[in-house]
Amino acid sequence: MTTRDLQSRTEPCKIVGTSPAHHDFVDKVKGSLLYAADWQLPGMLHGRVVRSPVPSARITGLDVTAARALPGVVAVLTAADVPDNQIVELASGGLAELQVTMPVLADGRVRYMGEPVAVVAAVTQQIAHEAAELVAVDYEELPGVFDVSSARADGAPRVHDVGNTLVSWQIHSGDVAGALAAADVVVEGEYRTQHVEHAYLEPEAGVGWVENGVLTLRVSTQVIEHAATIAHILGLPHSKVRVIAAYLGGGFGGKEDMTVEPYLALLAWHTRRPVRMIWDRQESLAASTKRHPFVMRYRTGADRDGTITAQRVEILGDAGAYPNLSPRVLFAAAACACGPYRVPNASITSTAVFTNNVPSSAFRGFGAMQVVLGYESQLDLLAERLGLSRTEVRERNFLVKGDLLPTGERLDTCVEVAQTMHRALGMLGAPPRPSGPGKLTGRGIGCNRHPYGRTIWFRDRASAWLSLQADGTLLIRSGVTDLGAGQAASLCQIAAEVLGAPLDHISIYIGDSALNPPAGGTFATRQLYMSGNAVLHAARELRERIAPVAADLLGVPAGELEFAGGRVRPTRNTGTADVSITLAELAAACDRRAVSTAHLSTWRAQAGSFDPRTGQGDTFPDYTYGTHAADVEVDTETGQVTVLRYAACHDVGRAINPMRVQGQIQGGAMQGLGYALTEDMAIEDGYAQAALFASYLIPNAQDFPDVLVDIVESGEGKGPLGARGIGEPPIGNVAATIASAIHDAVGVRPDRLPMTPERILALLDERAAGTREEHR
Amino acid sequence: VKGDGEVGGVPKASGDRVTKRPIVLSVNGHDQEVWVVPSGTLLDVLHDELGLADVRYGCGEGVCGTCTVLLDGEPVNGCLTLAVQAAGRQVTTLRGLMGPGEELHPLQECFLRRGASQCGFCTPGMILTSLDLIQRCGRPTREEIRYALVGNLCRCTGYTKILDAIEEYAGQ
Repeated sequence: MTTRDLQSRTEPCKIVGTSPAHHDFVDKVKGSLLYAADWQLPGMLHGRVVRSPVPSARITGLDVTAARALPGVVAVLTAADVPDNQIVELASGGLAELQVTMPVLADGRVRYMGEPVAVVAAVTQQIAHEAAELVAVDYEELPGVFDVSSARADGAPRVHDVGNTLVSWQIHSGDVAGALAAADVVVEGEYRTQHVEHAYLEPEAGVGWVENGVLTLRVSTQVIEHAATIAHILGLPHSKVRVIAAYLGGGFGGKEDMTVEPYLALLAWHTRRPVRMIWDRQESLAASTKRHPFVMRYRTGADRDGTITAQRVEILGDAGAYPNLSPRVLFAAAACACGPYRVPNASITSTAVFTNNVPSSAFRGFGAMQVVLGYESQLDLLAERLGLSRTEVRERNFLVKGDLLPTGERLDTCVEVAQTMHRALGMLGAPPRPSGPGKLTGRGIGCNRHPYGRTIWFRDRASAWLSLQADGTLLIRSGVTDLGAGQAASLCQIAAEVLGAPLDHISIYIGDSALNPPAGGTFATRQLYMSGNAVLHAARELRERIAPVAADLLGVPAGELEFAGGRVRPTRNTGTADVSITLAELAAACDRRAVSTAHLSTWRAQAGSFDPRTGQGDTFPDYTYGTHAADVEVDTETGQVTVLRYAACHDVGRAINPMRVQGQIQGGAMQGLGYALTEDMAIEDGYAQAALFASYLIPNAQDFPDVLVDIVESGEGKGPLGARGIGEPPIGNVAATIASAIHDAVGVRPDRLPMTPERILALLDERAAGTREEHR
Repeated sequence: VKGDGEVGGVPKASGDRVTKRPIVLSVNGHDQEVWVVPSGTLLDVLHDELGLADVRYGCGEGVCGTCTVLLDGEPVNGCLTLAVQAAGRQVTTLRGLMGPGEELHPLQECFLRRGASQCGFCTPGMILTSLDLIQRCGRPTREEIRYALVGNLCRCTGYTKILDAIEEYAGQ
């Protein structure tokens, strides 16, 4: 099918598909946006968390006398001061994981370095810091486990009494052992990824206060629905806790769990004064959640022509000391472990293991991104082993609409991954030549299949409320949180498309658990899919309600109206004069006839269920497919890898705002380049090695070239107007793409991230010594 | 604000802490008297005392550039500059580039047009640093812009649209 055929399936739009500068952009270039830390209230205190300096210990003494005695200190709280000192996170909804509670403040035991032990409020930030230093804690250190292998060994110290295996997912289909035995060729590999820091530029922050008996927190969070958890901690009714999400200075999954919320809540509720808390960057590096390090073992069988017949995948993820969202992350890894390929016989296990490392949790890509290195490395090895080109072996195995996944689900939207592959490669142009002696160049590709929307058994829903105001302007209320990807702005474009209100006549109020209809959090690439559909349906339903009034005024059938440019007019212009009414006139007419111009709509995602015993059932609503391609140069003297050109192409179904789609792809690819080549939040025996931001190397403007972007619009997504989600997918391909290019350049396959110069030199040495077997 | 005492009040004696003293800062063309402790950073004074939310704490190490301001026209990290060092000098924050009616500076217009912000947290630093570069160099190459921006990190955009915006302005 050609692109033209596909694009003709997307109905034409006027506002959707353009890239206007929205309210959020304007505030951002002016510097006038008020982030979570930019909020001051009279008498505001400053909060500070006291954290464990050791990774595994019993607390044998805790003395807050000196801290409380410091002038300017208003509160020092410990576990005994927390009404219900437990956070129970059942990330898979209790489907398969152990139930382990996480204390808000450590109660007798600490399990990772950085675990909160006490919390302090004082009249200045400096006094709060000093008071935190004065909290005297006696730790009796206990043995810990710091990697997944030792955590699973017999007799390993237990992080929690119930055991070190948090969850182990299984997905099986067909006869893997038989198919591997019968395969013409079998390749295998073990791939290791690292702890990664989100490194949003806005550290965790917020302000809390009590007013009218309600605790309100205005924080940098992706999920205002944590209000319910905060209410449990304080022993309050849900209706007494309100969470407001400021526009975020970046989230990337790191603000999907609570960060400052429970500590602010305790301090504000206890002191009855406003409290601000901002985590130091160094505190954030040490104690915030990280991306899961994975150990992935792949074994793939194929026919001589490259057709994959079987794949066995074993994944171990380091969950750290508490569950957080690990069960869901490892589930996404399992569900996506075979990538965009047809694998008739598959056996996948994906296990989350407790260690005494800082907890791992959500991070853009969410398990589905680590596995790309695994499956794409296997495809490149197959190509090499069979003497096929890398594109050929992929094209032989790409999924198509109607295929079954290893979970038994049938794909019901188109798979345009081949097209993304050819377009990505096309953007690179002619292969580059080495710049000098000792330099080798190579080209790589990486394809992926990334889910959008929550795991299907959560029966996801999102609500939105629209109101046409008396002056014809439009008001949108949605509980969506905005991470900077234009979550709010996209909703405005969709509403403008349907109701014809000009964008500068639309105001959107977001991120308030008390005043906005719930949208669910912004994670899982779900908000365009969920809230986009909610706003689309709310707008259509509102239009259906008010259209008869306009039709009556204009003397035409209700189905023959166009809503555009702030006016309503007949679609067929019968005379010469412009016969139309303004939205303000329509609102007034509705008011006279007692037709409400406000409308609440709830959109529900498709439902389904998954059986963890059989590993069969429904996993995700749909997927976004894409390919990245890169040219690199490897300096064989230094091991330095220089990325020369980088191109990315994804099928986004329909681009609601093409500039923002490009921005997501460029930014995702850049984060992926850091993950592939420089970023390593190394933790040795439970101690974070990067104590400073200066020693954690996120990409700067000089490190990598521009990311070239092409967008496929197949029109077959399940989001509004055929869109697919694009928030997470573009980070997934990168490490595999760079590994593929290095492999092409030097003939050996990196299998460990990040691909530092030291590791590349070690690979070259192994190759020279003949100690490295590429495909066993 | 760091230091002791309630905001705007007379400092309380607390331990061995030193007392505040008044300095005059010229911020975006207006002279402002503020009381600071000798160790107080320019970032804390601008953000917490003077309410300039366009100067932001990002790392406190001078690595990320979100607290960038112009000091007598040169970009500095507010987190590494003591407020007392800025006394009597001209401090310009992003807001200082705009006209009295909040008319956007042409470089801000370019950022807007090119979609050069996502979360927006790095944007003030990006604009101030690149403005200084263009004022010094006229029309820098893309590589020169990249070099000038190494102290201003962005985690969202991948830099491409930021570079596009700056190039467009430099070409005007």
